[in-house]
Amino acid sequence: MMLSILILTALGLVFGLGLGWAALRFHVDSDPVVERIDALLPQTQCGQCGYPGCRPYAEAISAEEADINQCPPGGEAGIRALADLLGREPKPLNPENGEETSKTVVLIDESRCIGCTLCIQACPVDAIVGAAKLMHTVIKSECTGCDLCLPPCPVDCIDIVEVDTRLPRWHRPRPQAIPLRVL
Amino acid sequence: MTMASSRQIELAREAGKRIHHFHGGLRLRHNKKISCLDPVERPPLPEVLVVPLLQHAGDIAEPLVHVGDTVLKGQPIGLCQPCAAVHSPVSGMVEAIEDRPMSHPSGQKGPCVVISPDGKEQWIELKPLSNWLDADPDSLITQIQSCGLAGLGGAVFPTHAKMREGRNRKTHTLILNGVECEPYISCDEMLMREQPDKIILGARVLRRVLGAEHVVIAIEDQMGSVQRSLTGSAEFADSENISVVKVPKIYPEGGERQLVQVLTGLEVPAGGRPSDLGLMCQNVATAAAVAEAITEGKPLIERYITVTGNGISHPRNYLALFGTPVSHLVECCGGYTGDVARLVVGGPMMGYPLESDSAPVVKASNCVLALSDQDIAAPQPEMPCIRCGECARVCPAMLLPQQLHLQIRNELWKPLEEYGLSECIECGCCDFVCPSHIPLVDWFRYGKGELRKQALESEAVEVARKRFEDREARLLRIKQERAQKMARRKQVLKDKTAQQERIQASIQRAENRSRSKPEGQSKGARDDT
Repeated sequence: MMLSILILTALGLVFGLGLGWAALRFHVDSDPVVERIDALLPQTQCGQCGYPGCRPYAEAISAEEADINQCPPGGEAGIRALADLLGREPKPLNPENGEETSKTVVLIDESRCIGCTLCIQACPVDAIVGAAKLMHTVIKSECTGCDLCLPPCPVDCIDIVEVDTRLPRWHRPRPQAIPLRVL
Repeated sequence: MTMASSRQIELAREAGKRIHHFHGGLRLRHNKKISCLDPVERPPLPEVLVVPLLQHAGDIAEPLVHVGDTVLKGQPIGLCQPCAAVHSPVSGMVEAIEDRPMSHPSGQKGPCVVISPDGKEQWIELKPLSNWLDADPDSLITQIQSCGLAGLGGAVFPTHAKMREGRNRKTHTLILNGVECEPYISCDEMLMREQPDKIILGARVLRRVLGAEHVVIAIEDQMGSVQRSLTGSAEFADSENISVVKVPKIYPEGGERQLVQVLTGLEVPAGGRPSDLGLMCQNVATAAAVAEAITEGKPLIERYITVTGNGISHPRNYLALFGTPVSHLVECCGGYTGDVARLVVGGPMMGYPLESDSAPVVKASNCVLALSDQDIAAPQPEMPCIRCGECARVCPAMLLPQQLHLQIRNELWKPLEEYGLSECIECGCCDFVCPSHIPLVDWFRYGKGELRKQALESEAVEVARKRFEDREARLLRIKQERAQKMARRKQVLKDKTAQQERIQASIQRAENRSRSKPEGQSKGARDDT
């Protein structure tokens, strides 16, 4: 009786010390789950989820403060991927956050731009170039289509345009089945 | 990058000595004879030529001419730095630069230069490298690039880029691909019959650029006259280490990987290229174009093209200028027979349907095929896959088409790479044998496009993430710098007040002293008196 208590106590101590040592030795500063969630988010940094960027949203999901269905640019596929990663049930996109749309970018109508720099300050990925009282323009290849530059523009010179899917960016559409005729 | 063992490279050096086999494939009816009866001619000039600015793998070329300009034959009209240039096929005037149908699988319109010929056929000043035997290989590659050469077998990969890679990878054997395995197409066969000297001269130029030792010209075993014409040419008698090898007629033997396997018995590693084995494949037509580019300085402005099928009155081969409308070629062949069901560019296995015959001849077009109703089966409804495995049996790339199809259909993108979708050569064998009439190749093309799109998107996502993080870091840094600046200013201000206080204190002391001194002096003075 006494011996078994001693053995179990000793074992408990040994393993406890081992675990304690491992916790110190292999300490990870950032939460790896956050990294993995962030990797699945579309990085538009649009804030439609209610958080100021994709990473903050990833942190909120990991802390279970936010749900996984708040990202419209990620769409259904994004929600499915998040559900897979976190072992939860996929659910439809929360309409409060917006709707899933095709990918767009913005375009500054340079003749109307007054050079106020407000859009430059709003752009989360530095995709707008220009200087005070000089014309601004969008670097199309860097624009994520977050539309955050639209509200601050005082002269409404920014338009949303569809991403060009013509040649050479064209790729074959999904084959359409020939319907089966029932005789 | 995949690396082949030295044993494999040794075996690859034996290319063409023995004939091997590849997995799967089909024996198809050739249907080539009907278009091989007449010698190849140039058709009369069309009224207008429409030259697309996208004729090769890569980006759309930038136009170098404006509407109303007069151009000379062979003048560069489109420039695309990493890919191949586009040249004017005739002398004449630029009528328009606008979006027109451009003979592309997408059926989309794209930017084309529309030229009306003046009939003078006046060439631009050509700059041949007649001393090519002494020329530096890099200057030969530059000449190939400026002449706008691209693989004429159908993939239209810019030749200079392929040659540069082959040169860097120690290529020992150049394989000239004259295996025209798709039914109906006979343009390479006619070229080999009529211009053997040019092909062999081109092969020697390419061999010199690569620093290779051997040249193997592969032809089909039924092309007897082709072998006679190649080996009987004057150029062949003058050259060493060039052999003509006959390979059995099995579709798709003309595929690069299949041809390498037939000639060497080795498989090109997945994700690799023949250059991993020290081999390089070039089409025979490309070799002839290289000979013209180097010894005559002529840019690529025309090609052999087969106009054939039961829908054509008088099938034959033409040497057509790029930009010639397909309808013009068909007219020169005596027009349609009346029961044309489908117009296809390329062969019946890998070609794509053309929506209108106003589309032009481009670098990639080797054949215009007008199929009649009796040639094509009525579109069959697609039935579920019954897992018969017939597709896997004929697949020359040894893939599992039924598995790939299910994964693409269910959008399971991740395992597709493992199952080797990128190794599919889109030969259409699986489509041909599928008893359920599943358009497998269409699914694979869609899947490949989707994977490419996803790869591009994930690249863009990484860039956006990096730019966002950099911006956050910059904003934080600016904030910190501003705070530090404020702190320093406060410190300075504080220092200033302290200094002021010190000055005040010393003034005070001095005043105190001066106030006390005169008293003492007067005292002393008084003492003196």
